[in-house]
Amino acid sequence: MTESSIRNSNMASAAASHEEGQQHPIKLYLLVWVLLFVLSAGSYMVDYVELQGLLRWSLIIIFMLLKAGLIVAVFMHMAWERLALAYAILLPPVAVLVFLAIMTAESDYTLISRLTFFGTP
Amino acid sequence: MADARVRHGPQGGRPEGLEGFVSDWGSDQRTFKKVSWGKAMMWIFLLSDTFVFSIFLVSYMSARSSTVDAWPNASEVFALHIGGADLPLILIAIMTFVLISSSGTMAMAVNCAYRKQRRNTALLMIATAALGATFVGMQAFEWSKLISEGVRPWGNPWGAAQFGASFFMITGFHGTHVSIGVIFLLIVAARVWKGDFDSGRRSWLCREKGDYEAVEIMGLYWHFVDLVWVFIFAFFYLW
Repeated sequence: MTESSIRNSNMASAAASHEEGQQHPIKLYLLVWVLLFVLSAGSYMVDYVELQGLLRWSLIIIFMLLKAGLIVAVFMHMAWERLALAYAILLPPVAVLVFLAIMTAESDYTLISRLTFFGTP
Repeated sequence: MADARVRHGPQGGRPEGLEGFVSDWGSDQRTFKKVSWGKAMMWIFLLSDTFVFSIFLVSYMSARSSTVDAWPNASEVFALHIGGADLPLILIAIMTFVLISSSGTMAMAVNCAYRKQRRNTALLMIATAALGATFVGMQAFEWSKLISEGVRPWGNPWGAAQFGASFFMITGFHGTHVSIGVIFLLIVAARVWKGDFDSGRRSWLCREKGDYEAVEIMGLYWHFVDLVWVFIFAFFYLW
């Protein structure tokens, strides 16, 4: 890439970043809308055809994360925000995963105590 | 050299990517560039709300994985008998599609708002509110059906007693969010319809003539409500 083409591409992105508000083609929203419908239908089918075990859980998680990603990235415009905002909002919820791990261990312990002291159901 | 000139040159371009992240946060300046305080605060509110719902879902997970009784099968509990067949989770599936559609109309409303199409914006927001109200109505139907079948926060006919508490807490909080969203959608839509955002009068929703950002901020909240439902649908209804 030549120096001038670097500058041109940078000027274009600078101009875009000066634009207040979020202006994107309607086509993109319609595409995401359709994708969300397809993904929801997919996760409903997981239940309808009664998949079980690892396949069920992994499909549920995959469909869920894809839907969440599309909503946050496109509908909520996070894809076009600067990293300063994206990281400030998207990184803190990672702490929830730590909490989830702690509570998984804790509920295992509770279950074992219940089985030990109150017997099997 | 060329690089430095491009970044700090007369065009006023800012560093992008990780370098931009560091420079935005790294000195005495406004951190969130080209994001108004209203939008930044909505995002931070949504972050706190994320923790609220996360904690509900984690507590549901703890209750479910620590109980010695079998967890009621959501697929059967939320089945409806339609046309001589039991359709598993059908009401929840319809509610999911209704909420996604409302997110779609909201995205369109935000798009129209930035094109300054006053009537389309208001109509799409009213459509969003109508879909949201439909969702709440279906949830009320679901609640009354379960209550009539004997589900209570302290017990139910099918298994682990914690099922009812988790269900009412999680869907109740989500439904409250949807209801508040519907009310605010109608308030903002009415102001858009009256032309408040084009009048040039300042208000708490509008800084200057043609400032439609309130619609986008409203949209952030609404999409978040849809986002939370994605997680509730996956973990509470499908798992």
